[in-house]
Amino acid sequence: MCSNNRKLNFGLAINEAIRQMMETDDTVFLIGQGVKSPWYVGNTCNGLVEQFGEERVIDTPVSENAITGAAVGASIAGMKAIVVHPRVDFVLYAFDPIVNQAANWHYMNGGKSSAPVVFWLIVNRGGEQAAQHSQALHSMFAHVPGLKVVAPSTPYDAKGLMVSSIMEENPVVFIDDRWLYRSQDAVPEEMYQIPIGKGIVRNEGNAATLVSFSYMALESQKAVDELKEQGIDVEFIDLRTIKPLDTEIIYNSVKKTGKLIIADGSWKTGSVAGEISALVVENIFEYLKAPIKRVCLPDAPAPASESIESVYYKTKDDIIKAIKEIL
Amino acid sequence: MTYSKDFLEKLYWMMLRIRMCEESLVDPILKGEIKTPCHLYSGQEAVATGVGAALEQKDYVFGNHRSHGHYLAKGGDMTAMIAEIYGKEAGCSRGRGGSMHLISPENGVMGIVPIVSGTISLALGSALSIKIKKEDKVTVSFFGDGATGEGVLYESLNFASLKKLPIIFACENNLYSTHLPINEIRTNRNIFNIANPFEIETYRVDGNNVLEVYETAQKAVESCRSGKGPVFIEFLTYRFRGHVGPDDNIQGTHTDIRPKDEIEAWLKKDPLTQFKKYLIENNISTEIDFEQIQNKVEAEVNAANDFAKNSPKPNKEDLCKYVFK
Repeated sequence: MCSNNRKLNFGLAINEAIRQMMETDDTVFLIGQGVKSPWYVGNTCNGLVEQFGEERVIDTPVSENAITGAAVGASIAGMKAIVVHPRVDFVLYAFDPIVNQAANWHYMNGGKSSAPVVFWLIVNRGGEQAAQHSQALHSMFAHVPGLKVVAPSTPYDAKGLMVSSIMEENPVVFIDDRWLYRSQDAVPEEMYQIPIGKGIVRNEGNAATLVSFSYMALESQKAVDELKEQGIDVEFIDLRTIKPLDTEIIYNSVKKTGKLIIADGSWKTGSVAGEISALVVENIFEYLKAPIKRVCLPDAPAPASESIESVYYKTKDDIIKAIKEIL
Repeated sequence: MTYSKDFLEKLYWMMLRIRMCEESLVDPILKGEIKTPCHLYSGQEAVATGVGAALEQKDYVFGNHRSHGHYLAKGGDMTAMIAEIYGKEAGCSRGRGGSMHLISPENGVMGIVPIVSGTISLALGSALSIKIKKEDKVTVSFFGDGATGEGVLYESLNFASLKKLPIIFACENNLYSTHLPINEIRTNRNIFNIANPFEIETYRVDGNNVLEVYETAQKAVESCRSGKGPVFIEFLTYRFRGHVGPDDNIQGTHTDIRPKDEIEAWLKKDPLTQFKKYLIENNISTEIDFEQIQNKVEAEVNAANDFAKNSPKPNKEDLCKYVFK
């Protein structure tokens, strides 16, 4: 059944992707802390335990390392595991199974074995949650060979990328952001895929190229809309995947506009924004007409108090300011 | 228990294969022909052999840095292993893994890595997969006494017990984690007791007695297959070589602080010598039988080494092959 105008919010789009994949493929299972609790995972896991039972929807003790490793091990043994960490900060306990094991597995075993697991990590921010409940760690994962990293910004992409991540033969880090969960979008009921490694042009324009992903894509869209009212047409690319990067879509746009602004929801040093800047300078330097601008978090932990938290996170206004500086 | 001559000689054959294979690597390591760090299994053969004999081809094992023996005893091909150690394209991991990343999925050798405790959670997950798919398989997770210092072991014991997973936690206690004797890493030497708080059935056995290893492993395998959940076994054993390489003392820095009399006492408990004595004293095998086994193993080890030395290394243009499937 297809109803193109049906609206779903971000969490329910993920829920539908997981449910449809579990209905289609018996080897798919979900494991992680809080999968039975909306307090942890919102509406993303609604009805899954009821439909598939506790053998395939496994709520776990607080043991991030062992549980993440178990998901990797199950995938090595032929399952398709989705392991969820409702707060990405806690996944630092599980870097060994993700980085040492899953990411290296296919290479270090000479292609004789693989670990097709989905690490679904949710970024939490704001609300005075402070340094250990607010981190965006996507650039750390993007650094590691053997991992693919996706970061959708819309419910439509969330469903399609979750389906693609589960179908992928390699380990995928699926990072989303609790601030995205308020968004609603037309989401087709049938199962579909968004290809991993492909960005999308959300707004065409000639004034400058704005590249973003995940939550910052929402702020970017607001910035683009506001600038449009002022008669400034910015070309806006939502990357959707940050590893492998869709360099073609970025280069094509920068060749047209000559100006690049990147809005990345994490710290500036060693960021995806830094990587994109380097790639553009390395490969199409001659097309640049202005310095590249990066809108990132300052190199500081997330604060608690609202007075400083409010300036810590970047918004559409910071993006507009950065764009205007190079127009 | 009584066993057939054929079965008992197979155990001896496997232990000798592991020993001779390991010892055949000593010279090439010292000459620099083998560069990958080799943590030789000499001295611990009875553990891998006894456990391997209790498993079927479909069952899984996960290993660690010292896993040449686990790989061979579970059915891994010796030629592919030695080729891997020589860094050759014909190696079991196509020269990308080296000594510490051996694999043979068709024989259930599912993964071997040197991160201490690194495969315990992977083994846990494979056991979870067995349970979800309702398969009649068992997973063995091999780790050393050093792994008892890693938190993931305890997380895994808890989860395995909670979900009654078919996994055997096989701890080879060779009394040293790299250079540190066990007294310097724990207040209590009774490792097998760590399974008790998790309500996991646990045993301690003489890891140099292949029959004792086999019988306990078989009991554990049966328990796992019948759905009773995990089993923990501590094997008391000793490595005859250095932590890495033939002898830590020869490699420039004196890292092996094991007392001479301790080494000598354990050499007297050599699992191969002990088992040979048992087979002779019980009138099971004769010197002629041993000679035949020896000749067969020698021929296999020589052929494997010859093949490995003469086969090609990976092509330079294939550097980034296999990053992704």
